[in-house]
Amino acid sequence: MTNLEKYTNVFVETFEITAEEAQGLKYQDIDAWDSVGHMGLISALEEAFDIMMDTDDIIDLNSFEKGKEILSKSEYGVEF
Amino acid sequence: MSFDDIINISPYSLDSKEKEKMLTERLLELTAFHRRNCKEYNNMLEALNFDETEVNSYKDLPFLPVRLFKELELKSISQENVVKTMTSSGTTGQAVSKIYLDKTTSSNQQKAMVKIVSDFTGSSRMPMIIIDCPSVVKNRAMFSARGAGILGFSIFGAKKIYALDDNMKLDVDGLREFLDKYKGQKILMFGFTFMIWQHFYKELVRLRDGGITFDLSDGILIHGGGWKKLISEAVSHDEFHKRLNDVCGIEHIYDYYGMVEQTGCIYMECECGHLHASIFSDVITRRPIDFSECDMGETGIIQVVSVIPESYPGHSLLTEDEGVILGEDDCPCGRKGKYFKINGRLKNAEIRGCSDTYATKF
Repeated sequence: MTNLEKYTNVFVETFEITAEEAQGLKYQDIDAWDSVGHMGLISALEEAFDIMMDTDDIIDLNSFEKGKEILSKSEYGVEF
Repeated sequence: MSFDDIINISPYSLDSKEKEKMLTERLLELTAFHRRNCKEYNNMLEALNFDETEVNSYKDLPFLPVRLFKELELKSISQENVVKTMTSSGTTGQAVSKIYLDKTTSSNQQKAMVKIVSDFTGSSRMPMIIIDCPSVVKNRAMFSARGAGILGFSIFGAKKIYALDDNMKLDVDGLREFLDKYKGQKILMFGFTFMIWQHFYKELVRLRDGGITFDLSDGILIHGGGWKKLISEAVSHDEFHKRLNDVCGIEHIYDYYGMVEQTGCIYMECECGHLHASIFSDVITRRPIDFSECDMGETGIIQVVSVIPESYPGHSLLTEDEGVILGEDDCPCGRKGKYFKINGRLKNAEIRGCSDTYATKF
């Protein structure tokens, strides 16, 4: 599985949506991605990529696209 | 001045002059904003003949009684922009405050809180034990103050467990397993004062008498929500610290003061036992007779101001708590800003606070 597939999969499983729906998704767009769902998403991403995210990045991760950008940073080193 | 300008300032770095200037500018802007966007708020200010050109300091701004949020639905945004409604804790039958949040205010609450708490715990996230039951955060559209507190602090938890089950019983095996797994690491613990005492401390004492002990000397415990019930059981602040230390070795225990009407701006207790106001908010004590500002050391009613609320007019509120400002800019812990203590609720005020309302059942 590529990193992008893995990443998309986290959204699909956390929010019970399709891979297509995950594209372009933003925080609060759907009921499942509220502040509780957000913490679930973070835990799932951390588990999937074996990383620990900074609090600032957790707050900044407000869309599917933004999350890719954050995980690509050198401290996490996930390549898409 | 926007919130984004303020968030980049270190949370305890401004002295009284700098802070007054910053707060006055921001809170005047918020007052004008809410007058434009919340009709009820504007009507109240009209009725008070409020004239913002006469304001020299944020201390001159009007304050709304917190109770008003129980009686009126006050918001400065349209209903479709509400992403979360938070409610205050109340005992059965009490009316609760409703606080309406949009994306911006909700996210700014979390940002401010991270800045404040990081100053005490460091910015790295830790394994976290939540001393409460998981069902508290179940209803997601309507957040109780208790759920909001847990969720707000959850961002500091790297791996999390709830120490209590939905019957508020300690999960002894789960706790043991968690502590073994993260042995040697700093552990963050969070909960409400009375729940910690009743369901955690007392259970640890019972277990110890049966030969089962837990070592939490690497723990940092943050707790809030009110002392009322513990004071009635004659458990003082020092006693609470000492007894918890005795039973599980924990040394770092921080109380905090905060309320759902100004979520995000919590007042953390420092190593010297003082509650501190960060740059995101301030406390002013007022004399009940004429609402004039109390002197330092004089007991008064607590007014709180916050730079965060944009979605509802809650940037300046009169609480029903009584307290004393102990000093400003000179706490031995090195943090600037006011430091104070809370004496408790005003006489005849309703019981509230996550810890205190829960405790009425006992």
